Amino acid sequence: MIRVRRSAVIDAPIERVWAVLRDFNSHSAWHPAVGPSAIENGEPPDQVGCVRNFTLKDGNHIREQLLALSDRDYVSTYCILDATLPMRNYVATVQLKRVTDGDRTFWQWESTFDVPRGREREFEQLVGGGVYEAGFTALAAYLGRDSRPFSRLSAVDSQGVVATSFGGPEVLQVRRLDSPAPKSGEVRLRQLAIGVNYIDVYIRKGLYPMIDPPAPIGMEAAGVVLESYASGFSPGDRVAYACIPPGAYVTVRTVPASQLVLLPDDVSEEAAAALMLKGMTAEYLLHRTHRVKPGDAVLVHAAAGGVGLLLCQWARALGARVVGTVSSDAKAELARANGCEHPIVTRSYIFAEETKRFTGGRGADVIYDGLGSDAARENLAALAMRGHWVSYGQATGALEPMNLSGKSGTFSQPVLFHYTEEHLQQMAGRVFAALRDGILKPDVRHRYPLAAAADAHRDLEARRTSGQIVLLV
Amino acid sequence: MIKVYTSSVLDAPAEAVWARVRDFNGLPQWTPFVAESRIEEGAPADRIGCVRNFRLKDGGLIRERLLTLSDYDYQCSYSILESPMAVENYVATLKLTPVTDGNRTFAEWWAEFDCAPEREGALAQQIGQGVFQAAFDSLKKALGP
Repeated sequence: MIRVRRSAVIDAPIERVWAVLRDFNSHSAWHPAVGPSAIENGEPPDQVGCVRNFTLKDGNHIREQLLALSDRDYVSTYCILDATLPMRNYVATVQLKRVTDGDRTFWQWESTFDVPRGREREFEQLVGGGVYEAGFTALAAYLGRDSRPFSRLSAVDSQGVVATSFGGPEVLQVRRLDSPAPKSGEVRLRQLAIGVNYIDVYIRKGLYPMIDPPAPIGMEAAGVVLESYASGFSPGDRVAYACIPPGAYVTVRTVPASQLVLLPDDVSEEAAAALMLKGMTAEYLLHRTHRVKPGDAVLVHAAAGGVGLLLCQWARALGARVVGTVSSDAKAELARANGCEHPIVTRSYIFAEETKRFTGGRGADVIYDGLGSDAARENLAALAMRGHWVSYGQATGALEPMNLSGKSGTFSQPVLFHYTEEHLQQMAGRVFAALRDGILKPDVRHRYPLAAAADAHRDLEARRTSGQIVLLV
Repeated sequence: MIKVYTSSVLDAPAEAVWARVRDFNGLPQWTPFVAESRIEEGAPADRIGCVRNFRLKDGGLIRERLLTLSDYDYQCSYSILESPMAVENYVATLKLTPVTDGNRTFAEWWAEFDCAPEREGALAQQIGQGVFQAAFDSLKKALGP
């Protein structure tokens, strides 16, 4: 058996070196001997047991399995499953240790394996020199790409729009803020586009107790990674998020990497900022809370609103028949142009009769209700037998407890963040795919500079807007 | 129980560094703060269980027992029997690992102990920087060009 052991000192903090090495699929990005690499079966690259399947630049093909990974001890152990090289019983361990003197990292890489008799020296050199030592040099260079040394990371200036107290749009004011240095698992980004949602108004007014003024508001944004202490994200990556806590109306923000998605090349920051929260809301409403099937009768309230338009577009593409409520003829036209076959114009929330008529008396199989109390009676009347009433917002007031047994109805009160905390990547992936396929058509009609966020709120509350609103930095 | 961890990189091969630090009675030769040292009862300095009795330059007296010594792993550990630091259950380990890139040494020194909660911060600083790092710095000078 051959034992190979090599070690080096990397001039970067251990968190930064580990952020790269703990990602079992990162080697194709930084190791000069490694060609294309993929984790099999779509497993995450920090899933113990996952298999990376890759080719070396010399043409050899290798499958390796992750056996152990410790974020506490900074250790990763893996073995070769199959290789076109004559190596058997190969088990390797990467171990990092903190050099407290100078905030550097000691990196030891070792392995044991068998090769055909007489080729021991050749393989000791290949593994020790061509793989391990070449890897030390290459990773040091890879980490050095970003010329700002990580050890000097500190809070940086950010500007933000802050709710100085709870109240009207006038409480929104521009302030200088600090963006804290990212910790392990976090990423700092320069934001380029920020989405405006009605929830921002509720939070500004203090209806949802989610901030302690003075504090910035805002739920979603897109931008570019400045510094990363997390695997899977590197400086320069284009990313987006829609997450709690509020605080997106800022120029620079530090967020947990678990909340971030990478933007595909064909998705702009503006489209992402406009679509992350509303698009993922439409995704879980149509695919998770209720799986819409071809032929379903779907009732969408506020069908010309931000989420409403996306629900109409996507439900129609899924083969559903879409009825919607809107507050004006102009909005009816907009809804109709976006897949709502039968828009109902009503300012007093009267729509049950029309819905039943359009569905041949059956009513709606699923109701997407952001209205709440003022529409409750009509919703119950419009619901089909065994229908599903999905309440994802209560713009007119909280719903009273009610009895759905007359229709064997199902009632759901889903919240976006309970879905994203487990399915963020799949949800965002499905939104981006729908965007690419032309199913979702983000309609950014209103763009404001970040500093004019108060104007955006005034226009939103006065119902002067339709489609999506984006703040540009 | 708190843990203090200090590590450094020394610009000499691990064998050379180990040759200096393995002598449990050799603190006066390579640390800046020990004035004199002896092994109690005339025991060899590499017998497990032997006790070193040494005086600091500031006058403090410390007695420590050798718990482990490995020439294979370049590692030794010891406990404090008596000291002016008011620590309990103090066990420290010094370990060297070769750095093949540049034929240098990765040196680690850590200690675990109990003490009064209000003294934790000050003691961690005193031991981590005042003892371990100061000793590493002194070794660097001694090994330097």
